[in-house]
Amino acid sequence: MTSASTPAASASWRARFAGGAALRLESLVVLAVLCAAMALLSNVFLSVSNILNILLATSVFGVLAIGMTFVISSAGIDLSVGSILALSGVVGAMLTSNLGLPWWIGVLGCLAMGAFTGALNGFLITEGAIPPFIVTLGMLGVARGFALVLSNGVSIYGLPAAIVWLGQGRPFGVPVPVIILLLTALVAHVLLAHTRFGVYTQVVGDNEGAARAMGVRVERMKVLIYTLSGLLSGLAGLLFAARINSGEPTAGLNYELTAITAAILGGTNLFGGRGSVAGTLIGALIMGVLQNGLNLMAVRPFYQQIAIGAVLILAVWLDRINSREGWRR
Amino acid sequence: MSLLELNDVRKTFGAIEALRGVTFSVDAGSAVALVGDNGAGKSTLMKTITGVHHPDGGEIRFDGVSIVGRDPGEIREAGIEMIYQDLALARMRDVASNIFLGRELTRSVLGVKLIDTSRMRSEAEAMIERLGARIPSVTQMTGQLSGGQQQSVAIARALTFNPKLVIMDEPTAALAVREVEHVLDLIRTLKRDGISVILISHRLTDVFSVCDRIVVLRQGQVIADDATRSTSMNAVVAHIVGAHSEQAS
Repeated sequence: MTSASTPAASASWRARFAGGAALRLESLVVLAVLCAAMALLSNVFLSVSNILNILLATSVFGVLAIGMTFVISSAGIDLSVGSILALSGVVGAMLTSNLGLPWWIGVLGCLAMGAFTGALNGFLITEGAIPPFIVTLGMLGVARGFALVLSNGVSIYGLPAAIVWLGQGRPFGVPVPVIILLLTALVAHVLLAHTRFGVYTQVVGDNEGAARAMGVRVERMKVLIYTLSGLLSGLAGLLFAARINSGEPTAGLNYELTAITAAILGGTNLFGGRGSVAGTLIGALIMGVLQNGLNLMAVRPFYQQIAIGAVLILAVWLDRINSREGWRR
Repeated sequence: MSLLELNDVRKTFGAIEALRGVTFSVDAGSAVALVGDNGAGKSTLMKTITGVHHPDGGEIRFDGVSIVGRDPGEIREAGIEMIYQDLALARMRDVASNIFLGRELTRSVLGVKLIDTSRMRSEAEAMIERLGARIPSVTQMTGQLSGGQQQSVAIARALTFNPKLVIMDEPTAALAVREVEHVLDLIRTLKRDGISVILISHRLTDVFSVCDRIVVLRQGQVIADDATRSTSMNAVVAHIVGAHSEQAS
């Protein structure tokens, strides 16, 4: 009962900022400091081509992180995004390269494969009453395994030109994946912040019992949320395959780590209840800049794994401190 | 005619028979107390009425229509609101979105239904004012309010959409004396406006001061159902603890 005496003016100020904006502000500061440091350490960091490189590298796990934002906001977790990415890319490549079907069937195949796998996650979580952590950890293995089985463990080369353009095209100098990332983020932002679907996603994470009592169809919401995450993993799989012009069964290894870290860095509460797509974009950029900077400084990739893992733990720690101060539970 | 009629309502959870054939009714504009020891089945019974649980047997009719099998949203739509003991609030959302939780106001932009935050806030403000609740701002995060203020939000939510029946689960358990009086006054006002109330409470003084009937639940069964004026506090206590359950059945 300590904060009950907080004056109204400062209380509403806190309410506004504890709603995620404070963390987004912190994330922006982190991003700025990181960029300044990288610019000092490397003279090519701020070049236009390098910035476009960062954005391009960010686009694939950025799309995953947007889906992850919905999942984590609902107090869930999706560990299968990297594997679904690979499975979708392989399916899209098989439909076009191996079976010779038109490019748009390859695109739809990628998205449908992702959405289907995500829906399966959601179905198992709700109907089977199995914790999301277990279902998606299992799916991490199952989807990756199917990607390897379908492709016999080798890359499937030779995608249609239209699909390759989705990964490598640069209208007005801007890579297509970057444009797709921004469009996805725009739609996802409106969905999460301004529609019933988005509000219910966050309310399910905030207080599932309250959501159910007030008439939210919680099970249906969960299936839709994991389907959305799967769909976006399929989109990420399409972008990945298009960029390297092949369906790669080992694509997206450990991407769940990057996607979760980006979402948490962006102020999405790991324990559910609130999330922000804008914040997640900033979080994804932090990860992109970090990887790019380490590459520019010729740090061995092994160390990048360490850096990403450490950032995740640090971000959750800060989130913990913030939610303890923000409101009483 | 009764507004709410329960007939032989049964509910089991695994091997546990939580409700063993509950029958009682609530008249329009009346307040019925539901009392009983912990584990007597009060909360299960209420959650069965609001659609959170589905009964395994029996009939629940509201306004003459069966509401068995409907989900909580449809039952709220029919005119039954419940103020839960844990208040059922989304504590990371503001007051306005809690009041409209499940019934968000929307406006159509390019064919997409977007949540109309400003209209929800102004209507929530009007509702809070009408109730005379002291809440600093409807934009405040609900989890930052005091216990009494949070309860005002839950009450405002229950009353905003013209309910015919309001179920209150221990609404006074966590309140200060002055706040308790406020809730009891509210129940009297609701009755005067023709709105029925089911009050679940351990505080028999509250029950005797506002309720017209007192229903005692024991081990998932109704063992007493009397008009308040024809029973006494001693008799009700005896029923609750099972001292004369022989005579009652």
